[in-house]
Amino acid sequence: MSFLIDYTLHLADSNLILAQRNAEWCGHGPILEQDIAITNISLDLLGQSRNMYQYAATLMGNGATEDTLAYLRTEREFKNCLLVEQPNGDWGQTVLRQFLYSTFQQLLYQQLQKNTDEQLAAIAAKALKEIAYHVRWSSEWVIRLGDGTVESHQRMLHAIDELWRYTGEMFIPADYENSFGVNVTALKDEWMQKVTSVFEEATLPIPEKIFMQTGGKTGVHTEHLGYILTELQYLQRAYPGAEW
Amino acid sequence: MLVQTNKLKATTENVMQVLSAVTDPEIPVLSIIDLGIVRDVIINNDEVEIIITATYSGCPAMDMIAMNIRLAMMENGFSKIKITTALAPAWTTDWMSEDGKRKLKEYGIAAPDKNFNIATDGVECPQCHSTNTKLLSEFGSTACKALYQCNNCREPFDYFKCH
Repeated sequence: MSFLIDYTLHLADSNLILAQRNAEWCGHGPILEQDIAITNISLDLLGQSRNMYQYAATLMGNGATEDTLAYLRTEREFKNCLLVEQPNGDWGQTVLRQFLYSTFQQLLYQQLQKNTDEQLAAIAAKALKEIAYHVRWSSEWVIRLGDGTVESHQRMLHAIDELWRYTGEMFIPADYENSFGVNVTALKDEWMQKVTSVFEEATLPIPEKIFMQTGGKTGVHTEHLGYILTELQYLQRAYPGAEW
Repeated sequence: MLVQTNKLKATTENVMQVLSAVTDPEIPVLSIIDLGIVRDVIINNDEVEIIITATYSGCPAMDMIAMNIRLAMMENGFSKIKITTALAPAWTTDWMSEDGKRKLKEYGIAAPDKNFNIATDGVECPQCHSTNTKLLSEFGSTACKALYQCNNCREPFDYFKCH
């Protein structure tokens, strides 16, 4: 049971943190339509994470709710992968992060929808319809910027430099994934093929074998997560139990 | 204050009648029946359980819809109401009624069209009916809509995406 709870929280946390990151663009997007697009994606991710938190809260009992799980856990308790907590940087870095994550999430949820746990399977099946949009949108942006101007190409190279080292972790299972979660190691080849085909069209190089950072899934995060939680949890920390 | 209530007998038909007057707060011309988000009504003596499903995972209208269902039911004299959200099977625009699609168009929103499962240029403009239209963004004013512009009458419009 505790593995199931941890696994559900891990899935929920990755989505919540990326939703929060994307929401930072609200009102700051490069043009109105894209501002709306990135916040729509944020909303989808938030909705998916709410479904997961509600499920985890039911499994946990003891007064846990989706709100206590999102607002009252500390940094070391969050199990999101490191990729999603990385700063937005410029638009190129944001769309690359989305592309790398959504491509992974799609493969992951295609397996998760067949899981023996019916609730996780149902959440995944519903989310897949939304993820298809995220993959398409972010792929188009990676291609547009990679194969764009000298400046945009340069920025995408920089984004790859910033983010690639956080992708390896997604394919290394944590303890709680081993028992019944999706076999993430088995997703790696297909993920790499999909990323390679978009990168080729975008005239971007796949980095050579580099050192991969790990730790997020077991609560050891980069410095960024603390700042995200400070903002995300501010209200409930300052005014415990506030409702409106 | 005394609330005027019309006592309705707890039958599926009566409940559906009440629910057909509850509208989507984002698209007020559509009832929740038109949208296909009411999946089942279960009557157990005088308790009524209404099973609904969300359109998109993050649809912010769902909490309000659940509250509006409760209010409408209470106004009609039902007191034991249980609202359950089901996730599976995942909601699809195939469940939208033909009447709903017609009302959408009249309201100025292009209805889901199987020829545009993935939103691309050419969805019929709900204003002038031209198909010379351009997709501006797959993401629109709400999760369920894409943003278009008509090249003929120049009006922007929303397209309710196939899902």
